[in-house]
Amino acid sequence: MSVAVVGFGQTHFRTKRKDKTHPEIAFEAVNAALEHAGLELKDIEAVAYGSMDPFDGIYCPERWDATACSLEKPMMKISTGGTTGMTTALAAYEHVASGLFDLVMAVCVQRVGECVDAQPVLNTAVDPIYERHSGLGAIHIASFQATAYMEKYGATEEDLAWVSVKDHKNALKNPYAHIKMDLGVDDVLKSRVVCSPLKLLECCPRSDGAAAVIFASEDLAKKIRDNPAWIVAETTISDSYYLGDRLSFAEWDSLAIAGRRLFRDAGIENPVKDIDVAELYSPFTIQEILELEALGFAEKGRGKELAREGVTFIDGDMPTNPSGGVLCTNPIGATGLVRFGEAALQVMGEAVNQVDGAEVALAHAWGGTLQFHTLAVLSSKKKLG
Amino acid sequence: MEVKEFEIWWKIPFKHSAGLHATKFFEGLKDGKILGVRCERCGRVLVPPRAFCERCHVETNDWVEVSDEGVVETLTVTYMKFTGLPDPPYAIGVVKLDGADTGMLCFLGGVDLSEWRKVHETFKPGTRVKAVWKEEREGKITDILYFEPLK
Repeated sequence: MSVAVVGFGQTHFRTKRKDKTHPEIAFEAVNAALEHAGLELKDIEAVAYGSMDPFDGIYCPERWDATACSLEKPMMKISTGGTTGMTTALAAYEHVASGLFDLVMAVCVQRVGECVDAQPVLNTAVDPIYERHSGLGAIHIASFQATAYMEKYGATEEDLAWVSVKDHKNALKNPYAHIKMDLGVDDVLKSRVVCSPLKLLECCPRSDGAAAVIFASEDLAKKIRDNPAWIVAETTISDSYYLGDRLSFAEWDSLAIAGRRLFRDAGIENPVKDIDVAELYSPFTIQEILELEALGFAEKGRGKELAREGVTFIDGDMPTNPSGGVLCTNPIGATGLVRFGEAALQVMGEAVNQVDGAEVALAHAWGGTLQFHTLAVLSSKKKLG
Repeated sequence: MEVKEFEIWWKIPFKHSAGLHATKFFEGLKDGKILGVRCERCGRVLVPPRAFCERCHVETNDWVEVSDEGVVETLTVTYMKFTGLPDPPYAIGVVKLDGADTGMLCFLGGVDLSEWRKVHETFKPGTRVKAVWKEEREGKITDILYFEPLK
C-alpha cells in the first residue's frame, strides 16, 4: 500500500528550551504537525514515539510525553541511538503500510541540552568490558573516520571545513535551526581542536527540541492535501558492535549496502541524476563526505571535493542538508525525524530552504558507534520513473 | 520571570559480567599474553575474544595467542575535557595486532601529545606499534598502558 507524509512539525531548537518541560516540547511539535496536516489529535489512530533515554536523564520519557501525543491510543517506543528519529518514522510508516492503520504519527523528543555533557552518556553506549575505558564517544569515532579518510584519500582540513561552511550558511535561513553563524573556511580551521583532526566548528551542538511527522494511507493522504510526500522506499541496516571489527574507517560499507538496497527498491539507477536533494545525518563534517561516497553521489575519494566545489550547496547540482543539517542542530533522538520531515517538505515544495523543483529526496540517519543506518526515499510522485 | 531548574544526578552502580571468554582474555593479560579466538568457519581471529562469531553465527572456542605488536588503523588525540572521561590530552586508536583479523581499541602514547599533527605523523595509519605493559598486572584491559611506535 502507498503511504505518504501529510504533516510535519518541529520545535525551535536551542541548547536549552527552558521555557518548557519534556511533554510541553512534545506538545509544541505535535500541534505543529497537526496544523500542517489540518488535523486534530483525535484523528490520529496510533503513535510511534522515539527518544534516547539517557540524554535527558529521564528513563521512559514516553510516560511523560504520552500525555501530549497518545492518551488512550496505541503507542510504541523506539530507541536506536542516532537513528531513533528515522527508525520511529519507519515504524509509523510500517503501521500504515501494513494496512493496520490509516493515520499514524511519529513523535520524537530529546533534550540533549539538559545533559550537561553528552560525551559521558555516549560513552555508556560503548562495550563496558573491552572498550569503555578509552573514553570513546561520538566525536572520537568520527575523528577515527576523518584520520583514516584523510590519510587514504589525501583530503585536507580545508576540504572538511567546507562542509561546515555550507551547513552553517543553510542554517542561517532556517528559523528552527539551533546554531546560526556566518562562517568562512578560516573560521572553521581556526576553531579549537576537539578530537584531532576535528575542530569545534566541525562538530554538532547539543540541542533541545522535538519533531512530529504524520503518515496517511493512500486515499486519505490525497484527501488531506494535494501535495503529499510519498514514501517510495525505505530500509535499515545494522553492523558490528565492536569498532575494531570494522577496519575500513575511510569508507562506510554498511551504508553502501543499505544504499544499494534502497535504490534497488526505489528503482533508482543513478542517485546523482535521480535524487534532487538529500538530508543526511552528518553531525561531523567528515561524515557527510563518507555518506556521499557510500551512497554513490561521489566515487571513493572524491566526496571531499563536493562542498569545496559548491556541488552540495543549495544552488549546486546535489544539494545536501538545505536545513543546515545535524551539524547545526542535533536533538539526537529527534534528529532523524527532522531529516525525514525536511525531506518531505522538499518534495512538497514547502521547505524554507527549498531546492528548486525538488521531486525526489533522500533522508538518512546513522546511530550507535557507526553501527546503524536508516534510509528513505520520498517523492512528490507515488513511484519514480 | 526566571525559570526554575532542578539539578539531578544519576550515580548508579552496575556490575557487568565479562563472561567466560573475556575472563580468560583478562587472565591472559595478567601473564603478559594477548589471547584471541579463531572462528572455525570463517577463520577470522577475533581479538579481543568473543564467544561467538557474529558473521558466521557459530561459537568460537579455538584459542590462539597473538603478538603484542601490530599496525595502527586510525587514531585521534582528544584536547577537550569531558565529564568523567580521561584528562586531555590523550590519544586513542585502533590497532590490528599481528595474528589478529580485528582491531583493538587502545591508548597510544610514549610521545608528546601537545601537537596533534605531530602525533598523527608519528602514528599515521600503517605505523607499526608495540604494547607497553603495566609492571604489576591485574588482569584488566588497562594492563596494557598504551601502544608506542616500534623502534
